Amino acid sequence: MSLKGKAAAIGIAELKPWKEAPPNATPLGLMGRLTAEAIADAGLEKKDIDGFLVGMPVADPGFIYPASAAEVLGINPRMLNVVDIGGASPAGMIWRAAAAIGAGMCSAVLCIVADLNRLGDQKVPVVSVQREFEAPYGNIGANCGYAMIANRHMYEYGTTPEQMAKVAVDQRKNALKNPLAAFGDKPLTIADVLASRMIVDPLHLFEIVSPCSGGSAVIVASPEVARRAKNPPAWLIGAGEYSNHASITYAPSLTDSPIKPAAENAFKMAGVERKDIDLVCPYDCYTITVLVTLEDAGFCKKGQGGPFVAEHDLSYAGDFPCNTHGGQLSFGQPGLGGGMSHVVEGIRQLMGRGEGRQVKDAALAYVNGNGGIMSEQVSLILERRA
Amino acid sequence: MSEYHKPLPKPSPVSAPYWDAVRRHELILQKCGGCGAFIYYPRPRCPQCLSENLEWRSVSGRGKLYSYTVVRRASSRAFADGPYVLAIVELDEGPRMTTNLIVEPERIKIGMPVTVVFDDVTPEHTLVKFKPA
Repeated sequence: MSLKGKAAAIGIAELKPWKEAPPNATPLGLMGRLTAEAIADAGLEKKDIDGFLVGMPVADPGFIYPASAAEVLGINPRMLNVVDIGGASPAGMIWRAAAAIGAGMCSAVLCIVADLNRLGDQKVPVVSVQREFEAPYGNIGANCGYAMIANRHMYEYGTTPEQMAKVAVDQRKNALKNPLAAFGDKPLTIADVLASRMIVDPLHLFEIVSPCSGGSAVIVASPEVARRAKNPPAWLIGAGEYSNHASITYAPSLTDSPIKPAAENAFKMAGVERKDIDLVCPYDCYTITVLVTLEDAGFCKKGQGGPFVAEHDLSYAGDFPCNTHGGQLSFGQPGLGGGMSHVVEGIRQLMGRGEGRQVKDAALAYVNGNGGIMSEQVSLILERRA
Repeated sequence: MSEYHKPLPKPSPVSAPYWDAVRRHELILQKCGGCGAFIYYPRPRCPQCLSENLEWRSVSGRGKLYSYTVVRRASSRAFADGPYVLAIVELDEGPRMTTNLIVEPERIKIGMPVTVVFDDVTPEHTLVKFKPA
């Protein structure tokens, strides 16, 4: 079974990330607001929502989470699940929603994530093998792994710090036009990026996402429901997922990522070519992530991500629009809302709601979700039909 | 040396022989009797062929630096006591290991030959680190 055209995104809601956690906010509280806004945006009623995919918030985690969240929101789903593939979870929700709809299990799925930039009274447990073989050496958090990928990429392919910095710079141009971007108030230059503090060699502060608070939601619906939606539907026409490691140390390669098979599957299912794509929304926890994604998704040759971003204008008005919302580097990373921001932007552009940063005649978007240290990958291709 | 505040490995039934050997300053790895692969970190079964026929073998402790980073600002408070070199070493026997490289950052070159050093971080705990060969 192919998922091509089985479902479409018809409603979105997204909060402007807060740099600090708002004092009286809770993840479930943010989900309540997002649910109401997404349903209104789609032109549906709450009773129409019969599927529920949710990300578990770090600020308020717990086992058997989906039923509790659905109870708080007053939703009675025919399909409910936590999607737990790190930053790839939001993109992973979209194809899972389409699969459930295609299988006839439900007809309108709420995909929702919200989190606060603070720990709750319960910590999310770390898997034993990570505690045993990674943490004692200081391989904690995501920064280190991506820094080792960047160093290896520079070693194998001659990628330069300036090329990596260009990703943050061009995406900032996009963020200046996005009123929801947390870091969208002033332009950035390559010199600014390279002058920012070195955190983990070779990655500077401005090449690393900032944790924020916030959230977002997308409603994925069947063709029948999509017909009565308020917005032009953004159809899912291709999807692929792949994982081949958790710790980057045990990946087959630091520079060849599992994006390759995920993207291959998505393009094959969609039956479109790379050159047909009007905008790309690659997960950008770090600048290096974007280079590796553009290579492994087939937009440039392996190893040529650096020269590619240097030669192309990644802004909304450029010859290769990339992360037109600013990417997480400028939008901020409100937990899993960071990963959802790429999905939401792809949908928004296809709906023609990009406002000051609308990509002209955008009809096909490539979205990539990335979890852990390049460990879980989900590629999506979305289409606006004439 | 004052008290050690960084995370320490808690051996599992699968990994206990590995950490016991490391405490004796010996590096051992599982070798799969099914497909011949060396395995790191210790697994309940071979991740290549799922054989449970695994034998512990002493290995050379020599390898090459596959990649690294100098962590200037750590994500964990336990490592806030100064920059350290986090590294991936590819052992001559094949597997890669997460480790620390004991070296001045200016001397680091990806691909450089390295050799194992055993760091007795507490009387009960030894970590496997590397230095230039």
